[in-house]
Amino acid sequence: MNDPMVHTAPKTAGVFAGRLFIYGLLILMVFYFLLPFIVMVLTSLKTMADIRTGNLISWPREFTLDAWKTAWGSACIAVECNGIKVYFWNSVKIVVPAVTISTLIGAANGYVFSKWKFWGSEVLFSLLLLGCFIPFQAILLPMAQTLGKLGLSQSLAGLILVHIIYGLAFTTLFFRNYYVTIPDELVKAARIDGAGFFRIFWKILLPVSTPIFVVCVIWQMTQIWNDFLFGVVFSAGGNQPITVALNNLVNTSTGTKAYNVDMAAAIIAATPTLLVYIVAGKYFVRGLTAGSVKG
Amino acid sequence: MVSLSIRNIRKAFGTTEVLKGISIDVAPGEFLVLVGPSGCGKSTLLNLIAGLEKITSGEIFIGDHLVNQVSPKDRDIAMVFQSYALYPNMKVRKNISFGLETRKIPKSEIEKTVQKVANMLQIEDLLDRKPAQLSGGQRQRVAMGRALARSPSVFLFDEPLSNLDAKLRVEMRTEIKLLHQRIATTIVYVTHDQIEAMTLADRIAIMKDGIVQQLDTPRNVYENPVNLFVAGFIGSHSMNVVPVRVVKSGQSNCLLIKTGEKTFTIPVDKNPSLLNKWIDRELILGFRPEQISDGFPNQAENNQIHTLESKVEVIEPTGPDTLVFIRINDKKVACRVHPNAARHPGETMKLMLDLSSAIFFDSDTEEQIS
Repeated sequence: MNDPMVHTAPKTAGVFAGRLFIYGLLILMVFYFLLPFIVMVLTSLKTMADIRTGNLISWPREFTLDAWKTAWGSACIAVECNGIKVYFWNSVKIVVPAVTISTLIGAANGYVFSKWKFWGSEVLFSLLLLGCFIPFQAILLPMAQTLGKLGLSQSLAGLILVHIIYGLAFTTLFFRNYYVTIPDELVKAARIDGAGFFRIFWKILLPVSTPIFVVCVIWQMTQIWNDFLFGVVFSAGGNQPITVALNNLVNTSTGTKAYNVDMAAAIIAATPTLLVYIVAGKYFVRGLTAGSVKG
Repeated sequence: MVSLSIRNIRKAFGTTEVLKGISIDVAPGEFLVLVGPSGCGKSTLLNLIAGLEKITSGEIFIGDHLVNQVSPKDRDIAMVFQSYALYPNMKVRKNISFGLETRKIPKSEIEKTVQKVANMLQIEDLLDRKPAQLSGGQRQRVAMGRALARSPSVFLFDEPLSNLDAKLRVEMRTEIKLLHQRIATTIVYVTHDQIEAMTLADRIAIMKDGIVQQLDTPRNVYENPVNLFVAGFIGSHSMNVVPVRVVKSGQSNCLLIKTGEKTFTIPVDKNPSLLNKWIDRELILGFRPEQISDGFPNQAENNQIHTLESKVEVIEPTGPDTLVFIRINDKKVACRVHPNAARHPGETMKLMLDLSSAIFFDSDTEEQIS
């Protein structure tokens, strides 16, 4: 099997040219896909004068972080000129509780739907799954009415609630499918050992759930951080999330358009989800395929 | 030591009845094996005893207590699973002590019990490992240790050896038997392997389609199966069953046995009245492979040994003896012969058929005739 002769192709000029072609093409593709991001980063580091005189992909004549400072702290959004930092923290305040709560409830739901099936639980699960397929815009009006009745209109709490509810369908599906791969005998053994419903959940299932937690957190965080529609509909003024603020920033025009500030703000808005994926991405792939291969 | 009494248990999933009225009394300290093909309901019965599933009707007593409404943890049972079901996130030590901790037993006592159990099963040096770092046999030991730690009144084993390789399975089988001799606790053991059932059990319950076919000692189910199913299920190689015609010849009832070109008329002396009703009718003759051989010890004193001549079709050497397959009344028949006496396929061989422990089955009902 490991005979090196099998794997080492003879080093001829043809093979070398082939390799060169493949790697050349790959590098070209990487550049092509990265180009928009490179343009954004370069533009955000330019001065306005530079932008007006140079072209889109030209190298900055001088690097400056002024645009970033403006975007973060003093850019005008609607009538306020405090930058996007307030909205950035709004998004954090929405994402942290919404992700935490929807993930935990999803874990508990998944546990019940996989290990404590009851009469009608399959039907209930199917109904819950419908939630994955309901388009955002379909629930805007009823949700607005509901939030109104709850007294949560236009508040952060209201937006958090919407995200929790909307996320439950996905988180429940994730956890249920993960727990289905864990043998029922484990639960039976624990029941005979005297552990109850919650003890089995805490002591047996949660400790082996790390991969699916990572998947769920990445998924929910990306969804909620990047959400625009719920943000624009269910929040107002100082309560808006960063996606809405970014839109307003770009559309607030007083005099010339500050492209460098827009770009800097856009990168700031995208950073958290990028970071999460870079840090935990490998667990994401691992978690999605967990249990599919017998280990 | 505690008895276990199962009274007319029924279990249905939806409209499918899986258990159709099972009644078994297990004596204190007895080793009962439930055996049967897959789908016979044996594992379901075990789950009902454990309380992991609800009984549709019937009663289960552990000792004198009716446990129908008692939860698994309060039934004073312990169970060993086929997949071992060790808690993957806990070390072996914790796996064994988990059940004791949930029962709020003092720490020092838990520590002592874990040591004792680990010592008994020789897993002391594994105590600080995770289940993933153990081999199949070691996991099996830990699973048994977990069950032993609680010293329950009844042990339930659900195909505990099925996931082990053949050699390890034989070793663990002996260990389970030794363990039972030492702790003498009542055991209910489920398996689909009839050899496991024969070697381990005090009594075997052979199940099929949710009904206990026969409940008896290993020796009795082997020598005296109540119907064709049990005859075919127990024993390896299984019992030879051959349709035969009964004829009257002089004073005795005889069987017509056709093998190759020849037909032998063999008298049956055992219990003459038994076959009187069957003259000129067909029934099914059952005999074990070792009852048709090249010779028997003390054969001179046994007047129920008859000589046949038959063509060998296939041979299967097993080591101590060789299975020779011939054809009787158009049915394949296995004969256990000495390796030196076995002829090659195609050759004709002289064989002796010992009818002293042969049994007869009704060909319609498939029940033993008695």
